Amino acid sequence: MIPVWAQVTYLGAAACFVLALKGLSSPKTARAGNLLGAGAALVAMVVTFIVYELDNLALIVAAIAVGCLIGVPVARRVAMTAMPQLVALFNGVGGGAAGLVAYLEMSSAPTVFPLAAAVATVAVGSIAFSGSVVTFLKLQELMTTRPVTPPAGPALFAISLAVTVALGAALYADDGAGVWLGALLGAVGLIVGILFVLPVGGADVPIVISLLNAFTGLAVAASGYVIGNALLLIGGTLVGASGTILTRLMAQAMGRSVVSILFGAFKGGSTAG
Amino acid sequence: MDPSIALLTVFVLAIFTGYEVVSKVSSTLHTPLMSGANAIHGIILVGAVVVTGHADGAGEVTIGLIAVVLATLNLVGGFVVTDRMLEMFSGKRPPADTEVAAGKGTE
Repeated sequence: MIPVWAQVTYLGAAACFVLALKGLSSPKTARAGNLLGAGAALVAMVVTFIVYELDNLALIVAAIAVGCLIGVPVARRVAMTAMPQLVALFNGVGGGAAGLVAYLEMSSAPTVFPLAAAVATVAVGSIAFSGSVVTFLKLQELMTTRPVTPPAGPALFAISLAVTVALGAALYADDGAGVWLGALLGAVGLIVGILFVLPVGGADVPIVISLLNAFTGLAVAASGYVIGNALLLIGGTLVGASGTILTRLMAQAMGRSVVSILFGAFKGGSTAG
Repeated sequence: MDPSIALLTVFVLAIFTGYEVVSKVSSTLHTPLMSGANAIHGIILVGAVVVTGHADGAGEVTIGLIAVVLATLNLVGGFVVTDRMLEMFSGKRPPADTEVAAGKGTE
């Protein structure tokens, strides 16, 4: 159990995240809101290093340094026009990280609820990862921006989704057993993510990025539940909820409905819906 | 209260908070808000650091370290890119939504 002062600090950081989102909702306060969020994240990281008795400390610090050395220059130098796809990429790696964290915790989940949350996180995290990579490729025009409907796409999507659920259920029933089952679940999740985004046309991609952003938020929240960390739970849930409503607002601003964006390309002989 | 119920309570209340807090955003801020929210879920870095710090064996440590690198990219890169996006709001009239989404100017 981590000390009370650390838990209170985490709570403060979570409150700052709420204020950061609030600030980002208005032009005058947006920049301050973003900085507040960054500051809260920094404080939370320092507290984490102090209160958890961590092994592999040198390696962890080195890994963070690598992340900063790649992330900061890329984020600073990217052209204004390329920002949406960079956000998509950052969102994807976040989803991937959440999936990996849950995967590592799967074998040590004490009861069925955390195990179920871990299984869901592996699936959703890998969907967010591969989906975001496809949105990046589309916006960067490394692949066609037109909707791609693979032959039998809807059927393939439905089957992959069913396999994901079945694998999740198998893991849940056979608790603690399946390291390989977990890896398989992640792999099928990656396929689902690709099939999910392929049919979306170029102009609608930002809306799907927002939706995947909400997915990653939920994955982070679930992994916070698994490791019993309230900050991850609150931060992830905030993004999950605000990302969902933001997706709807963005679709409305373009005069589109989310359903028609996601399934528009499936129209005609579709089994989806 | 049972700890797992306490966490569930927090989860449900956070859903409503997240919903309410962005429900009145102007359309010029859709993209920066998405980017800022994206940076916030980079806080998964806390989780990645904790599980890596308690990992056993080279395989688990390797997976954990990959998660740490990915989460750092999300957290640090996310906040930096959001700040750059918002630079163009400072002092000037907010540009139209399409300009924000597509970037300013034609390069």
